[in-house]
Amino acid sequence: MADPTKRNGEDGQEPTSSDDANLTARLKSLDARIDQASAQRTKMTESQSRSKSDSSALGQAFRLSAEFVSGVVAGGIVGWIVDHLFGISPWGLIVCIILGFCAGMLNLLRAAGLMKGARYDEKR
Amino acid sequence: MASPIEQFQIKPIIPVINFTNSSLFMVGAVAVIVGGLMLATRKRALVPGRAQSVAEVLHDFVAGTLRDAAGDEGMKFFPLVFSLFMFVLTANLLGMIPGFFTVTSHVIVTFSLAILVIGTVIVYGFVKHGTHFLGLFVPSGVPAWLLPFIVVIELISFLSRPISLSLRLFANMLAGHIALKVFAGFVVALLGAGGALTILAPLPLLMAVALMALEFLVAALQAYVFTVLTCIYLNDALHPGH
Repeated sequence: MADPTKRNGEDGQEPTSSDDANLTARLKSLDARIDQASAQRTKMTESQSRSKSDSSALGQAFRLSAEFVSGVVAGGIVGWIVDHLFGISPWGLIVCIILGFCAGMLNLLRAAGLMKGARYDEKR
Repeated sequence: MASPIEQFQIKPIIPVINFTNSSLFMVGAVAVIVGGLMLATRKRALVPGRAQSVAEVLHDFVAGTLRDAAGDEGMKFFPLVFSLFMFVLTANLLGMIPGFFTVTSHVIVTFSLAILVIGTVIVYGFVKHGTHFLGLFVPSGVPAWLLPFIVVIELISFLSRPISLSLRLFANMLAGHIALKVFAGFVVALLGAGGALTILAPLPLLMAVALMALEFLVAALQAYVFTVLTCIYLNDALHPGH
C-alpha cells in the first residue's frame, strides 16, 4: 500500500488482473464520454458565438428596418420611372409599390435568415 | 442654442473648385488612413509592435470577413473592400471628435459608395458570366404562371440593395449625431432656466455621455455591416447561380 495512486479492490485487497481490465474499460468509456461532451460544447459555443457576431441586436434591428424600407422605396422609384416612360400614371406607381412591398418582405426574410438564398423549390 | 442639424451644413472652403468642409474631411480621412497604415507598417518587423499589430488585425479582420462571405475567389476584391471599410470606419470615427464634420451623415456620400459596390457587382457579373448573370433574377423551381411576378420582385429587390446599403449607414450616423446634439442642448437649456431646473442639468449630461459610448459602437458596427453586405453582394457577382 505504499503507492496511494494504485487502486485497490472494493474490499481492500490487492488489485487483481480482472480488476485492472475493469478499470481500463471504465477509463475508456469515461474518455469517450468526455470527448462527446467537449465536442458538443464546442459545437454549442461555436453556434452561440456565430449568432452573436451576426447580430449585435441593435445592428440587426437597424439592418432589418432598412432592408424593408429600401424595398418599398425602390418599388416606388421603378413605378415612377415606368409611369414617365409609358404615360400610364398612376398605375405603374400603384403596381410597383405593391411589388416593392413584396420585395421588401423578401429582403427582410433573407436578412433574417428565414429563407436561405432564393430557393423557392425547397419546400415542395 | 444651436440647431441640432447645424453640424451637417456644408460650407465652401475654396469656392472656385467647390472644395467644401465635406471634401476636407474626406481628404482628411484618406490622409489618416494612408499616413497611419504607412507609419504602422514602416518597420515590417517579424514580431509586430503595437502600431503594426493594429494594422495586421485590421487586415486579417477584413480578409476573414471577405473570405467567409465570398470564398477564396472573393479575395481579388480585397483592395476594394478594405478601402471601403477603412474609409467608412475612419470617416465615422473622425466625425465623433467634437466640432468635426461627419462625412457619412450625408446620403449622397454613402449612396455613391453603395453605387460603387453595386456597379462593381453588375459589371463584374456580366463580364465574368455574361447573360448567365441574369439568372440571379430567375430562381429555379418556380411555377411558370408565378415567374413574371417573381422576376419583377427579384429585380426590385436587387435595385433596393444600394438604397438599403446607403440608407442604413447614413440614417445611423445622422440620427446618432442629432440625438447627441439634442441631449447636449438640454444641458445648456436647463442650466439657463435657473431655479430648481438647474439641479436637473446633470441628467441629460449623463445621457449624452452614454450616447457617446453608443455612438462609438454604432460607428464601428456600421462600418462592419457595410463591409459584410458588400462581401455578400460581391458573392452574388462571383456565383450568380443560387
